[in-house]
Amino acid sequence: MLTAVLLFLPLAAALLLLVVKGAAARALAFGASLLEFAIAAYAAFDFTRHGSASFNLNYNWIPSAGINFHIGLDGLSLLMVLLTTFLVPLILLSAFKRDYDNPSTFYALVLFMQTGLLGVFVSLDAFLFYFFWEVALIPIYLLAGAWGGERRIAVTLKFFLYTVVGSLLMLAGFVYLYLQTGPAAGSLAQHSSELTAFYNLKLSASEQSWLFWLIFAAFAVKMPIFPFHTWQPDTYTEAPAPATMLLSGIMLKMGIYGTMRWLLPVVPLGVSQWQKPVIILSVIGIIYGAIIAIRQRDVKRLIAYSSLSHVGLMAAGVFSLTQIGLQGAVVQMLAHGVNVVGMFFIADAIERRTGTRFIPDLGGLTRRTPVLSVCFLIMLLSTVALPLTGGFVGEFLLLAGVYQYNAWVGAVAGLTIIFSAVYLLRMFQRVMLGPDSSFSETITDLTGGELLVLVPLIALVFWIGLFPNTFLHISEPAVTNLLTLVGR
Amino acid sequence: MTSIILLSVFGILNLFLGFLRSNKVLLPGAMLLLLAVFGANFADWNVAHAPYFNHMLVVDNYTVAFTGIVLLTTILLLPFSRSYVTSGEPNLAEYYALLLFSLVGAIMMIGYDHLLMLFVGIEILSISMYVLAGSSKRDSRSNEAALKYFLMGAFATGILLFGIALLYGATGTFALSQLGAAVASPANASLQPMLYIGILMMIIGIGFKVSAAPFHFWTPDVYEGTPTFFTAFMSTVVKTAGFAAFLKLLAVALPAAQGFWMPTIQAMCALTLLLGNVGAAAQTNTKRMLAYSSVSHAGYLLIGLVASKGILTGDAASGIFFYSLAYSIATVAAFGVLKLVAEHRQEDRYSGLNGLGKTNPLLAFSMTVAMLSLAGIPLTGGFFGKFFLLAAAVGQGYIGLVVFAVIMSMVGLYYYLRPIIAMYMQPAPEGATPVPVDGIQTVTLVVLALLSIALGVVPGFMSGIL
Repeated sequence: MLTAVLLFLPLAAALLLLVVKGAAARALAFGASLLEFAIAAYAAFDFTRHGSASFNLNYNWIPSAGINFHIGLDGLSLLMVLLTTFLVPLILLSAFKRDYDNPSTFYALVLFMQTGLLGVFVSLDAFLFYFFWEVALIPIYLLAGAWGGERRIAVTLKFFLYTVVGSLLMLAGFVYLYLQTGPAAGSLAQHSSELTAFYNLKLSASEQSWLFWLIFAAFAVKMPIFPFHTWQPDTYTEAPAPATMLLSGIMLKMGIYGTMRWLLPVVPLGVSQWQKPVIILSVIGIIYGAIIAIRQRDVKRLIAYSSLSHVGLMAAGVFSLTQIGLQGAVVQMLAHGVNVVGMFFIADAIERRTGTRFIPDLGGLTRRTPVLSVCFLIMLLSTVALPLTGGFVGEFLLLAGVYQYNAWVGAVAGLTIIFSAVYLLRMFQRVMLGPDSSFSETITDLTGGELLVLVPLIALVFWIGLFPNTFLHISEPAVTNLLTLVGR
Repeated sequence: MTSIILLSVFGILNLFLGFLRSNKVLLPGAMLLLLAVFGANFADWNVAHAPYFNHMLVVDNYTVAFTGIVLLTTILLLPFSRSYVTSGEPNLAEYYALLLFSLVGAIMMIGYDHLLMLFVGIEILSISMYVLAGSSKRDSRSNEAALKYFLMGAFATGILLFGIALLYGATGTFALSQLGAAVASPANASLQPMLYIGILMMIIGIGFKVSAAPFHFWTPDVYEGTPTFFTAFMSTVVKTAGFAAFLKLLAVALPAAQGFWMPTIQAMCALTLLLGNVGAAAQTNTKRMLAYSSVSHAGYLLIGLVASKGILTGDAASGIFFYSLAYSIATVAAFGVLKLVAEHRQEDRYSGLNGLGKTNPLLAFSMTVAMLSLAGIPLTGGFFGKFFLLAAAVGQGYIGLVVFAVIMSMVGLYYYLRPIIAMYMQPAPEGATPVPVDGIQTVTLVVLALLSIALGVVPGFMSGIL
């Protein structure tokens, strides 16, 4: 029941926002998202106390087809839900900083998006999962398309078509799996789309081989994995900052999460067959993203390519199929979510003050903005994976996992840390330090409202960096279970 | 049966109401009448009636379900004829009467148990539509549409009639229930060429009515020229009734000739999907895009016919029902919004929708839901419509056709997004004023959007009912 409340509260708030306008709209949106976080925190508290999955809800959604509205939380889902509910209030706060046209619709779409994202993370039925997977796309498309930059229309159209094509392939795969299942106990329908029914299927290796790519297509586009990434930098750059944060902070994790829950255990033979090519693609993505990031002159675009590079490492960790790699991916999903949202927030803060994101136009900002510089540096160092920060724990575990799979691949993947230090510190040096620009004297430091966004993010960066066990502990049973299913 | 009687009586009454010259009474009157008929229709649900008039008509759940769709569509469409009321259109009573009569034709096409009834039903429906296509007398495009529709339609009905005659020649009966056995009977084997030519001609005749390729060429021109209100009726009621008739013909009379018609329908299906979607993607005019999109939806419904494998109940039939319902609701909303906007802004290209999200959020929202439903995106009825039909086809092993349909629906996404892009992502034209929408239209648009979403969120109440 709690999961259902968690799922539908943002939707209800979004619907209310269609009629509530003005200052009340902000209060409503922010209040709803905070309440949402409180519920998720309670769920996490309850989870750690009992140490087991809970909050199941199973309702017979389409009886004639055996499709159920089955939602629940295990450790993995719970962490994703926590990340989503933690980030959405902060993203809303950052949206309050700008005067968007039609603000209440903007907030409504963000909350609507939250329902879609949470739905993806809690679904235990294939069609429900697909349903929410697509539902999450509609608000983000409208957000990016209606409030984005100059080239928004072409860019978001490409994004939409790209992701929908991927999802349709996944749906095709799901339909095939669905038709292989037998009826669930006590059901009138001939087939079942339950996750457990998919886990119990006995498919031949050749079937799994092509099913792997059908299902993986959706996840590969969403993450994105090289060479399915071409929509990503443009969309990140053109979308308004809050939408970019949603895309990179949470939506990207849908791909990793989906791989872990709906791909690895469903077609384990297909996974072992394609493990090597996928890891190689991921590592190519790491290097490719990093090299292109070095050449970028737009702050937002640079962060977009940096995100591409980091997600490659997460994918490689997941496909290493080791306990440590998967755990690393879980922690890194949290850390990367926090880092990338912080980075985009700071990029937006600078753009709001100076009106530009173009690196050569900026420089010497740090003198007037000590607080901003410190926050920027912390977020940046966490992205570079400096010890003490969340990024370090995540990347260290991931690299350990990849290294276990193959030492050479691990060594190449390890370049990610060196590369990201190169392009991020270079950017910091040119934007914040370096010779003075026309903005050096006039720029103002962070306001209290902006710190309200950054302080929780920074706190979490250190929390993950210093006490990763809080989170590793929650996800461990789920990851172990996952690996047993893969190894069967 | 009650619905046919009530609609005929009301149609005639409506003609007389025209003498009163009181357009204000007509619209609410017609809506109430239709609501009454809609309610009365469901009195026959799960009631076993003997066929009427010596096996001419049969009222079973199949008839009731599809009749429900055409009645609901018409009820939800009527509020958009409001501008005829306010502009003092002198022939409004006749328009409504013709709509009611064409509904009678549609119901006869759905409930026929005898080929003669099928023919009479198609004629009643079509002749009303020829007149209504040309109802905008002073508009040359409307005249062109009526003439084109009439000439092509007359040919198609002629061919249909030939087909019926040949079928009769080969089997010696018009009655659907006896045709099934007669077609299967080995005694008629020597007459097979005649039978096959007859079936082919009937497929051509009905294929024309539901605008399935390669008999769809009239669709874009006729849809564009016909007044939008009647275009909406054409693309929903005519198509729903046409497919109900098509499925019944193939499933009750011709299951034994499957080996002949199955490849034909499959080829038509692939061609319809291809030409409909590619044609729609090339349009710049919203109305023409919707015309081609209605061709493409005929293609998806044809998949249902393939998957039915000549059975009138089960997954495929239920899928066709669900799809027709979701498609009709979305199409009414799309044409309704288009009519209101195009009348106000005098522009029916995509650019006519520019900035609608700002000036009329409700219209834009309604149109968005309709487009997403037609594109088959989850959260809307269109998704489950496609899902049920394609799953039924996969279940029967038509993987190739389904893969093709999925590829074509990706093309569909491209053109269904274009109105959404225009409404939300393009600025409104200089000095654009909000499109005037009256109370009942507002309610109808909300109901249409809610119905689309309800079908997409809780499809269980309408799925698997046949």
